[in-house]
Amino acid sequence: MISQEIVQKVLASAVSRGGEFAEIFVEDKKSSSAAFDDGKVEELTSGVSIGAGIRVVVGETTGFAHTADLSEAGLLSAAEAARSVAMVSGSGTKAIAMSPPNEHMLSKDILIPNQVGKKKKIELLEYMNQTARATSGSIKQVSAGYGDSYRRILVANTDGVFATDEQVRTRIAVSVVAFGDTGMQTGYETAAFTMGFEMFEDVNIEELASLAAERAVRKLSARPAPSGTLPVVLQGGSGGILFHEACGHGLEADHIVKDSSVYKGKVGELVASPLITLVDDGTVSKQWGTALIDDEGRPSQRNVLIENGVLTDYMWDGLRAKKLNRASSGNGRRQSYQHLPMVRMTNTYLVEGKERPETIIENTKHGVYVARLGGGQVNTATGDFVFGMTEAYLIENGEITEPLRDANLIGNGPEVLKNIDAVANDFSITPGTCGKDGQSVPVGCGQATVRITGVTIGGTANG
Amino acid sequence: MDDLEIVAEKIVSQARPGEEIEAFVSWDEETSIRVYNGAIENLSKSQSSGVGIRIVNNHRQGFAWAGTLDPSSIDFALEEARDNASFATEDEYLGLGVPDNVAPKTLDLWRDDLSSHSTEEKVSLALELEATLKNSDKRIKSVESANYGDVSSIAAVVTNTGMKASYRQTFSFIAAHAIAVENEETQTGGGYSVGRTISELDLGKAASDASMRATRLLGASKPTSARMTVLFDPQVTTTLLGIISGTLSGEAVVKGRSLFAGRLNEQVASQIVSLVDDPTNPSAFGASVYDAEGYASRANYLIIEGVLQEFLYDTYSAKRAGLTTTASAVRGGFSSTPGVGARALYLTPGTKNQSELIASIDNGVLVQSISGVHSGVNPISGDFSVGAEGLLIRSGTLGQPVKEFTIASSLQRMLQEVVAVGNDVDWIPSVAAGVSLVVEGISVSGV
Repeated sequence: MISQEIVQKVLASAVSRGGEFAEIFVEDKKSSSAAFDDGKVEELTSGVSIGAGIRVVVGETTGFAHTADLSEAGLLSAAEAARSVAMVSGSGTKAIAMSPPNEHMLSKDILIPNQVGKKKKIELLEYMNQTARATSGSIKQVSAGYGDSYRRILVANTDGVFATDEQVRTRIAVSVVAFGDTGMQTGYETAAFTMGFEMFEDVNIEELASLAAERAVRKLSARPAPSGTLPVVLQGGSGGILFHEACGHGLEADHIVKDSSVYKGKVGELVASPLITLVDDGTVSKQWGTALIDDEGRPSQRNVLIENGVLTDYMWDGLRAKKLNRASSGNGRRQSYQHLPMVRMTNTYLVEGKERPETIIENTKHGVYVARLGGGQVNTATGDFVFGMTEAYLIENGEITEPLRDANLIGNGPEVLKNIDAVANDFSITPGTCGKDGQSVPVGCGQATVRITGVTIGGTANG
Repeated sequence: MDDLEIVAEKIVSQARPGEEIEAFVSWDEETSIRVYNGAIENLSKSQSSGVGIRIVNNHRQGFAWAGTLDPSSIDFALEEARDNASFATEDEYLGLGVPDNVAPKTLDLWRDDLSSHSTEEKVSLALELEATLKNSDKRIKSVESANYGDVSSIAAVVTNTGMKASYRQTFSFIAAHAIAVENEETQTGGGYSVGRTISELDLGKAASDASMRATRLLGASKPTSARMTVLFDPQVTTTLLGIISGTLSGEAVVKGRSLFAGRLNEQVASQIVSLVDDPTNPSAFGASVYDAEGYASRANYLIIEGVLQEFLYDTYSAKRAGLTTTASAVRGGFSSTPGVGARALYLTPGTKNQSELIASIDNGVLVQSISGVHSGVNPISGDFSVGAEGLLIRSGTLGQPVKEFTIASSLQRMLQEVVAVGNDVDWIPSVAAGVSLVVEGISVSGV
């Protein structure tokens, strides 16, 4: 993308007035998407974005600038803008030694999506539309979306890192509206992987469309969710986002360093039920949060955060790790070259247990079974969270019975981790988008079926 | 502004016979500063620009964008937009707008002086905010973040169907988030101030809001589940109006996704509810001289005394509904096509301030923030269930702080059960203004 010689010049300029560390992040990203809605191919979009972000660290301060001009002059001027925070006098030139370029090559099995005909992408959406509509006469509206991105990055810094990567991601989603006597209800399904177009050899789009349609139809006859505190069983693969939001964020080193996490100072302590082992792993094959390197050029790795209930470590990016003289855990990520990296999760999951999911349900007398959790929100300083149930049922005498209308779950992350009394063996990961400080990155969230002894459910019916 | 129009015109001039082309070109300059513990944590200053190209040919639409104004990237976007159009389904209502006769209003949304303030001055504002907040109350243990930010942005939209508009605005803001601790319990709260330039910022208010919002929750417990009257803080009302505006979008109506479709002229809300979207009000942060398709902004009266009057439309949805645009096209930036959206909604204010509203409530709860809105509100069914925190109201006075509870109802019911609107209209940076709002009959779930 840019020669090592120019990279060295730019980094040297970035630290020419002082500063312990400088980094250049170059990104060339092409993306495309297609939207099918209301019976029509509504829109195809293509986008291109190329640029570089340069940061300079001086003491506690980071200076940052980005540019879409990748010429030597453009990069040098961004380096000057970034270093302008280093208000110290010149300290002469600094030679920067670098590892030899490790040109990463994409596997030949990957079908780069922008080399696949647009017609093929549209056909997927048309097929999902037909499948969903054929499910039931009460389906009133279907929209389906396809998206792909091909991102090439180069990261180099004054510590000698020089790394490149090519990342291909593809996703598909379908959203269905059903109409009945009780009004309108919605169903949604998505599949997304760090793969190219070959992902559709593995992903059953017919099943996605029927699942979404069936969910919308089923909810037409749903009764209001109960209100109050009840046991909750989360179906495997349906609610990993709860652990991402309510526990994962509190284990990010930036929150720890700033004293804004409930997990500060708790390494070595029992913070969860002994049934809980929580892992963040950027190396899981092809998952949505997977990458060969993070956006600071550090290889992705598997990090055990909580082991058998005991807090083992936090997640780290380069900046926070350096201050504590330890290694980054490969969790420095950013949305684009226009953003500073920070501590982010990759694929975060609860390691599965031994019970059969059926047994857990059978052993629950009265509670709520959540087959799909929607998005959520957490306050990392307190651990308080809110999540939507987008598919849920009553559990009565050990059996799943009536469907429930959408409602929120509310609770406290650390408390939920302590109140898990069963973990099943049906683990799976689902894709999601994680937002933090205005930046979005793709992540995976996973869990097996688990039971939480009590969570507040915000329905309108008396519990 | 002229430079951007020139770039846009050059793109549009490359139209082939039968093609309608729209070029949306934008430029912005941003400063962002975060301080922590008396030092700059990060400082970023950058400019960026980009172009979004929409082509309609034979009633088929294609779109492409480039995050740079580099000529080869623009060429790529133009070719891709053209190619993309060829794959879309023919839709007789597709087509770019043509000028109407509504004259643009002169709005003062740009402050030349913003760029004359030095970075050092902006840094010291953030530092002062942090220090003021830290010293505001001994229970404020730390300030998680104190930020200064500003953005100056210019956009031009030009089509070969006669539309041509450019508009610009500046924003400046400070924001901080405090962590309050007492008896080993932690609570957080945020405060901010926004203006079009630095002199319009109120640092004292940003600090005291954050401090008050964090400390007044200390000692919070879960409330007992019950149906009660809820007083929404102005910021929460902004969020609610934002959700409701989505149901009043003509795009949702023509696609059968609005719970208000087919209900024009019906009483959809209590009689004290009048809802207007007026992007020509310069106090609104969503104000702009033109909408995203280049039509002069105008006021739209959506609900008057509880009766649904009209929906918001852009060119496409209006054509499909057999109407004309209400100049309500919005876009997320150069990388997206225009859609329908409100920009400056407000509820006609009542006569009481928040203290007077509290005094009028016998048994209720003041909700200072809600969470889980994306997952908890279904704008299609109207189902509403969100997490909340705030303070109980007993016999007209604020009492016990409460947290970790949910409030549930439906959008339809809440609109019908509005019993009072405050007089404290606050234009916060969103598509809607905040105002204190009292709604009855909401299910509160705690213990």
